[in-house]
Parts: sequence; C-alpha cells; structure tokens
Amino acid sequence: MTTFTPTTAAEMLSAAQWALSEEAPLEIVGHGSKRGIGRPVQVEHVLDLSKLTGVTLYEPAELVLSAKAGTPLAEIEALLAGNGQQLAFEPMDYGPLLGEAPGRGTIGGVLAANLSGPRRLKAGAARDHILGIHAVSGRGEAFKSGGRVVKNVTGYDLSKGLAGSWGTLAVVTDVTFKVLPAAETETTLAVRGLYDEQAAAAMALAMGSSAEVSSAAHLPYPAVARINGGRFGSDAATLLRVEGFAPSVTARLAMLTALLKNAGPLEEIAAEASKSLWRDVRDCAPFAGADDRPVWRVSMAPSECHVMVMALRRQTAVDAFYDWQGGLVWLRMESGDPEAELLRAFVRKHGGGHATLVRASAADRAALPVFQPQPPALAALSARLKEQFDPKAILNPGRMA
Amino acid sequence: MSGLAMPKADSETLARRATIVADLSAIVPGEGVVETVNEMRAFESDGLTAYRQLPLVVVLPETVAQVSRVLKYCNEHKIRVVPRGSGTSLSGGALPLEDAVLLVMSRFNHILSIDYPNRVVVAQPGVTNLGITRAVEEEGFYYAPDPSSQIACSIGGNVAENSGGVHCLKYGLTANNVLGIEMVLMDGEVVRLGGRHLDAEGYDLLGLMTGSEGLLGVVTEVTVRILKKPDTARALLIGFPTSEQGGQCVADIIGAGIIPGGMEMMDAPAIRAAEDFVQVGYPLDCEALLIVELDGPAVEVDHLIGAVEAIAIRNGSTTCRISQSEDERLAFWAGRKAAFPAVGRISPDYYCMDGTIPRKELPRVLHGMRELSEKYGLGVANVFHAGDGNLHPLILYDANKPGELEAAEAFGADILRLCVEVGGVLTGEHGVGVEKRDLMPEMFNETDLDQQIRVKCAFDPGHLLNPGKVFPQLRRCAELGRMHVHRGQVAFPDIPRF
Repeated sequence: MTTFTPTTAAEMLSAAQWALSEEAPLEIVGHGSKRGIGRPVQVEHVLDLSKLTGVTLYEPAELVLSAKAGTPLAEIEALLAGNGQQLAFEPMDYGPLLGEAPGRGTIGGVLAANLSGPRRLKAGAARDHILGIHAVSGRGEAFKSGGRVVKNVTGYDLSKGLAGSWGTLAVVTDVTFKVLPAAETETTLAVRGLYDEQAAAAMALAMGSSAEVSSAAHLPYPAVARINGGRFGSDAATLLRVEGFAPSVTARLAMLTALLKNAGPLEEIAAEASKSLWRDVRDCAPFAGADDRPVWRVSMAPSECHVMVMALRRQTAVDAFYDWQGGLVWLRMESGDPEAELLRAFVRKHGGGHATLVRASAADRAALPVFQPQPPALAALSARLKEQFDPKAILNPGRMA
Repeated sequence: MSGLAMPKADSETLARRATIVADLSAIVPGEGVVETVNEMRAFESDGLTAYRQLPLVVVLPETVAQVSRVLKYCNEHKIRVVPRGSGTSLSGGALPLEDAVLLVMSRFNHILSIDYPNRVVVAQPGVTNLGITRAVEEEGFYYAPDPSSQIACSIGGNVAENSGGVHCLKYGLTANNVLGIEMVLMDGEVVRLGGRHLDAEGYDLLGLMTGSEGLLGVVTEVTVRILKKPDTARALLIGFPTSEQGGQCVADIIGAGIIPGGMEMMDAPAIRAAEDFVQVGYPLDCEALLIVELDGPAVEVDHLIGAVEAIAIRNGSTTCRISQSEDERLAFWAGRKAAFPAVGRISPDYYCMDGTIPRKELPRVLHGMRELSEKYGLGVANVFHAGDGNLHPLILYDANKPGELEAAEAFGADILRLCVEVGGVLTGEHGVGVEKRDLMPEMFNETDLDQQIRVKCAFDPGHLLNPGKVFPQLRRCAELGRMHVHRGQVAFPDIPRF
C-alpha cells in the first residue's frame, strides 16, 4: 500500500499520472472525516490531500477566497470570521454523526460532498458558491474551470459539475469560493408542541412571508431533547431563524410572532444560543455519537416529507427530525436495519426525492446503494460522464455506485 | 458575417431537405413546420443581429414526445439541430445553421403548476421570465433573476444561458434559482434532473446544463424557486468625480456587510446619453454615477439607506439623493434601464460587450478602454453591474461606414482580453455563443477546453446539437477519448512517494 501525500499541485498531478499508467486506483482523502460515507473504496493506494494546504487569495471587499484543496475548513472559517464574513452555505460537519471528532474536514471535501446546512433554503449549497477550480482528471490532465468572479458564464460550469462528485471525476487541487458578510445578529423563534403536520404548515407560512426566514427546522420528541445540551426540554420545537442587521431582525421577528401567534406557544432564542442551536441542527446532533444505528438523509418537497415519514412509521420504527422547511429529514432506523427498499419506495410514492444512507456499517454500505439509484437514462448519462473524465476508474472507484 | 467560420454545411443534408421537411411534418403536424424562406426570415438571427442565416427548416413542437421524436430522427440521420427559445440571446447562441433544423420552443408556453407551500413554479420552457412573476405576483411572490430582456426572454433560454440581471448579487443567477428540469437528449432520451427537492444526488448535471448554451440537451420543463416580494425598496443616486471613488464606495458598502438588492454604475458618456434621453435629473458633472437599491422590511431599508449615505459622503460623493417615493425610485432607474436605447440615439449602431472583472480593477479597465477608444477611433459608454463586477461597455459605431463593424468587433475583443488579463472573464451573463467563441483560448488552454468538450461528448457524442457555438474547435469525441498514457512512457516512471 502506498499513500501519496502531495504538497503541490505538480506532485498531485504526477501521482495521478502514475496511478493511471499503472492502472492502480486511488482512494482520495482529505482529513478522512467523511470516509464513512459512500460505498467502501477497496483499493491499495491512497491519495491524501491533507498536506496540500494554504489560503492563496482572500480579498474581503471582492467577496472571494481561494485555497488549496487540503486547507482545513476550520482554518478558513476562522479567517473569514475574523473579517466578519462567512461561507453562507454553512457546510455541515459530518464528524460527530460518524463518531469522529468534530472540526475536521477540508475545503476540497466541502465541494466534493456539496455540503450545506440549515441556511441552504436561502443561501444555497457549496455548488451555489463555488466560483472556480483547478483539478486533475482521471486521465491525468490538469485543468481549470470558472474563475474568481461571481458572474461568469464562460464555458461549462465544471466547478459545479464536480460538486457532490465525491472525488470520482477529478481531484480538485484548488478552489475559489464566493464569501459573504456574516449577519450582524440572529434570533430564533421557536413554536413549541407542534405535531409534524402542524409544523410543516407553520414553516410554510413563515417561509412564504416577507420575514426572510433563513432556516426552518422541526424537532419532534425525542430529537428535541438531544440538542442545545438538553436545555430545550422534551416538547417539540419548530425553529425559525431570522438573521441580519439588528433593527431588521427585531422587526421581522415581530412580523413572525404576529403571523404565528395562534400556532402554539412561542419562545425567542437570542444570538449565541441561536447559533449553537443551529450548529446542532446542522451537524445532526440528535443522532451523533458512538451509535451504529443507520441514519438516512432524505430530501423531498417540504410538504411531502412528513407525510412520507408518517407512512414509514407504520412499517418500521424511526426517529426523525426535519430541516429545510421540512424538506430535509434525518432518519435513524431504530431496528438497526437500513430498510433501504422500503424507505425509497415511500420516497417515490410521495413525490420523489432522494435518500442517502449517510451512516451505516461497511457491510451495509457495500451491499446497498448508499446514494439514490437513478432511472436508467440518467444513470447511463452519469456513467458516460464518468467514462469521459476517469475512463480507467482510478479515482475512488465504486464509491458512488 | 464578419470573418466568422461556422461548421461547413453538410451537402447530403441540404440535398435531402425535401424528405427531411416531410418527415418532420409527420412528427409535428399542422403548423409545426415552417419551411418557406419568407416565413423562416423571422428566425434568421437572435439578439446579435450582426449575424444572420436562414435555417434548413424551422420546427415548433408542442409536446415532449414530439421533441423527443424530432431529436431522435435528427440523431439517426445525422442532422444538426439548433434549439431556440425567444431568440433574445446577445451572443448568437440561437443563430441558425444552413444545414440545421431550428427547434423553436415557443409553443411550450404554459405554466404547469404553482405550489405556494413549497414556493416552486413548474413551467414549460417557452414561458417568459416575467411570465413566471406575473403568474404569482397576486400572492406577493416573484421569480428573482431578472435579465433586462425579461419581458421577452424564455425561462428555457434562461437555463441555457444561466441568465442574471440587476438583482443577482443578492438573489443569485438562474443556476441558484432553478431546482429541476426535464430535458431531451440528442438521442431522444428524456431525462429529469432535480425537482421540487433540493440538491439531487449524483453528478450535478443540472449545474452543467445551466449555462450550457443549448449544446447538451433541449429543456422541456423547468422548476424554479419563487420568493416573497420584499416589503419595500428604496434607492440612492450617488455621483462621484472619479471612477476610483465610485469603486471605493462600492467596496466599502460591501465591506460594511451590506449586500444591496441592486448596485449599478454608469460612466460619464453613459450618464450623458441617458440623461439626454429620459431627463430624470442625473448629475452631469460626475465621472461615475452609482445607483444603490436596498430592499427588504422598511426598518431595514431605512437603516441601510443611512449607512450607505454615510459611506458615499465619506468617499467624496458630489451628489447623493435618496428616493422619497416609488416614483422617484423608478426615475433613478429609468436612465439606467434606458441606457442601451439612449446610446442608440447618439450612435447609429452600438455593440454591447459583457466582461466581468474583479471590482477593484475597474479604474484600470476604464483607463485601458479610453486608450483603446482612441486607438480604434470609436466611442464607448459603460454601464456596470458594480456589485458583481459585470461590465457592459457599449461600443459606438456606424455599420454603414466601411470597416467600422470590424473595428468595433476588434475593439470589443481587446476589451475582453483586458478583462481576462486583470483576472476577469469573457462573459458574465450574455454567453459565449458565436460572438466570443474564438476568444475562448484567451481564458482557457487546450486541456481546459478539452474537459468541457468531454462533457459535450457525454451528452451529445455526435456534436449535432448547436455546433459552431461556444467552442472554437469541437474536437471529435473519438479523438478525445484516446488515452495518451502508456506503461513505461510516463514522465514519472518511479513511484512518487511524497
């Protein structure tokens, strides 16, 4: 077994060219914080990008940051915070959910997994903020796409094409992201004691108002008892986050309070508590820790998700909580069986979407499609794209299969 | 066409025209096939009117099944196809080819569903951009991307071009507001990407399709996110003695954590042309005029207006007016929105460019443009999406004077080279099309372009869909597919261990 640990893009390129000439597939890792997601990659050699580091350009007034792919996300977030800025898409940290330490992960991994967080609803995901990349394809060719400006339609957007590709098309060596001002303050309005269906209605009402709610989550019992250090008690909490300049947050909160005054008991959660609350929602805290029960991440139309969960509960025991106005549901399968076919049948029946098995044993991940299987024409198109960029399957072979 | 080489017409296809027309008429019956020269004349160019070409035949399908059958037929018979929405492209993306079927999607003009709880609209691709907003505005919603052609341009065309607009700094481009599409591939396969849910898994083919300029597939349905209209919008009209001060003001606004709904700049020639045309009281003594629009709850807008005003004064503004009414806000915008026709009044013809630059490079680029203006002997006026660095120089020329069109095009190409040189790009929102096709190597080397063509090969290996656009040279997929690595011949024969 060989581990390549390039420190420059040139070294990275030569490693890829070696792998190609030997037809020796590589597992691509940064910090390995998301290594447990996807079909296990069973290859002899590892390409470790954790030494390909450094922020190469940061111009706060231009809202742009470039870094080498192995740069720790934590380092980038600290740098941005020091300038009152942020990655607005709020990339989640999979570490706690997968039983790993928190705070790991590289900026390249953020793109490869197309991470996002509760603010996804308003601000988008990594794909919506990536401006440009340098990468090496499975053909051993170094190339670039995009640039460093926000508005750019010059040629195909290969940067987006690599978002969520889990290192199976090309290995990214450099990324350029759009960065944005961090909100001056935030407050969360919690509606307590709602059933899932009532919560879905309340969240739809809030998101359809001009209060500019940036995140909307619903935590039924018992998930609610496992966030914010248990300070929330055990009544279901429907959370609406309002961010911005202080006078605006106050005004919009008043607007929301009036809108939801009959929905249920209301509570306001102020700035710092609100931030830590949304970090817990983002990182799937209710299911975090040393626990091997399978966890699914399911994305559907917000109004359909809770209906699907209700139907699923009649067949198997699940613990669930919702983000993205209810359109993202995290499900823990209490019996220990992932029930992949059952779940995906229900997703299909309720308007479609996708279900990803984000936590499961290696055996389950090897036996089941971790990512949502695609209809034949789409699967064939994706396979043709893979063939174009990595014809010898040297990059993370099988990981997305 | 001034020096633009298009793919050589296939003589066999031209010879079989009558058969092709008959076969297509069988697939799309009734008035779905337009084949007389007179009727086809309406389709011979898009918004880039310097280039004109009659197509082989025009087909206007009405159903997805027809689109699929037309493409499958053309694929099997190796007939080229140029898709077209409303034909408002400013880069010649929908320019017909002599031997290609022009596939016009304008009859796909229905909104299929409006879903307020999930805040999505599903529309056919021929629905206009503004048509989506019109369908939901009674409930207080709107579709955010607002290209200036929004009254005419189609949502399918917006997907093809990844259209922007003045509000995209705050609300994103088409790519950030489209949740899903249905499309037909060149072989007739119908594929759905995304839907009402977010971030569909697998490769981000939706991201690749958005802005692909009709070379990858034909969009037959679009699902977009709609937003609640902001409660209030107010604007500031700010004049500066120099473009440097205007640029610094923009940087300071963003540095203060403020992302305005719109932030536009005009240079002195554009200000004068606009004021002469609409007479809304633009100050004529400044070199840079900034319009900053803030939208949101009234409290927030009031708060930020004060902050922006203070920043403007600090940067030495000579004029700073704040809109006191909706009429006044619209008056501030009237000149900017009329900038193109206003320039049209002072010059027989103008040529609109579309580069993007890092904002801080604005003074350098404006200076470079003045030099180029002297070199070519042609005037230039600038409007600028200041928030995101997207520059629209309008080159003034007279097509009736021999050589001026060519000079304007050469001037434009030099401006775009300058944009790339300072770290920017060839096109911010108008697309590459035929117009900037041959400039692509200014920004990308051959390997970079090969990767883009590989995407094309995955979608349309026969290069039948919209050929001659975007890529200066469309290398054959078989040639690109060859692997150039052989054991023992790589540059690094020893196993590198770092």
